[in-house]
Amino acid sequence: MAPVAPRSGDAIFANIERVNAELFTLTYGAIVRQLLTDLEEVEEVNKQLEQMGYNIGIRLIDEFLAKSNVSRCVDFRETADVIAKVGFKMFLGVTASVSNWDAEGTCCSIILEDNPLVDFVELPDTCQGLYYCNMLSGVIRGALEMVSMKTEVTWIRDVLRGDDVKLLKQVPEEYPYKDDECFMLKKIKISKHLFKDT
Amino acid sequence: MVREVSESCLDSLLTEVVSCYCNRFYPNKHDLAARRIEAIGYQVGHQLSERYTMERPRFNDHLEAIKFICKDFWLELFKKHVDNLRTNHRGTFVLQDNKFCWLARMSIDPFADSGKSPEDITSPTAGNKATHAMKMHLYFSCGILRGFLSNLGILCAVSADILTLPTCAYFSLSHTYTEITL
Repeated sequence: MAPVAPRSGDAIFANIERVNAELFTLTYGAIVRQLLTDLEEVEEVNKQLEQMGYNIGIRLIDEFLAKSNVSRCVDFRETADVIAKVGFKMFLGVTASVSNWDAEGTCCSIILEDNPLVDFVELPDTCQGLYYCNMLSGVIRGALEMVSMKTEVTWIRDVLRGDDVKLLKQVPEEYPYKDDECFMLKKIKISKHLFKDT
Repeated sequence: MVREVSESCLDSLLTEVVSCYCNRFYPNKHDLAARRIEAIGYQVGHQLSERYTMERPRFNDHLEAIKFICKDFWLELFKKHVDNLRTNHRGTFVLQDNKFCWLARMSIDPFADSGKSPEDITSPTAGNKATHAMKMHLYFSCGILRGFLSNLGILCAVSADILTLPTCAYFSLSHTYTEITL
């Protein structure tokens, strides 16, 4: 039987069940607000958002693989492209772009020009340490972990925190990209200067 | 063109929030978890009411507001109308949705508790646990309705029930009256 060709993000998004994004955006906002009320500490909220995202990601990957028909990615570059073009499109209806690759090809930035999570959102001064979309980091981390890739996903620049550039994410790969090897943990430190804004 | 996201985004988010509050934050305090989940829904409903009633004139009475919920609001959120609306003409309304989408794909595992034998399925506790889990999901929707109505000046209590598992949900809205004792 001929292998089924991978479907484009647009095609998948057109064929799945969709809901009003406003409901999703407002629900996410209400969740963040409730977490801030219950947990009080911004760091703790960041942690919980990431954990929730992780729990979502480990399940979402199944739907992604089932609906997108992507074959096994040959390298991390292809993985990042698939996340940006197919993954974000089929779930959030937006396309991201990938850039800022490092020399080894293990670290990159995913840029979300348009993010439904932050529609209508403004962060008050009391929440400046908050990574509002931290759930997305968790989703990516959880999803990739289920396909044997351990990654660290962090926010570099966030328009909600007053930066001039739109959202960026850095995805360093910690495991070697080989087929049947068990992964070995390689720690990659994200350089501190990236967190300081010019 | 209304912006859309995949349904699984919202489903996963709601499932995870309920799981988080029920199992991680307040593992044995279901009331506290339920109240928080309802509060989240309340905020959502409150904001949605501003957006969805912006362009229309003020509602003349409560029945009109409820009808708006049954038709337009339900349509925006769930792409269908409420299937049945009943009232006792004394401030209580019951909305019935025969295929409430947030419950439609839930299955109940009768063997979820370890050590339970098949004969125990019919016991009240097994069914209760499943229904209880579903009710936690319904608190969010109750909150949405309560928030929506409160922004229209209608203070009420909203409760939900599952009739025929798992696809039928009642939302019973009744006015809250303040009692003044002399």
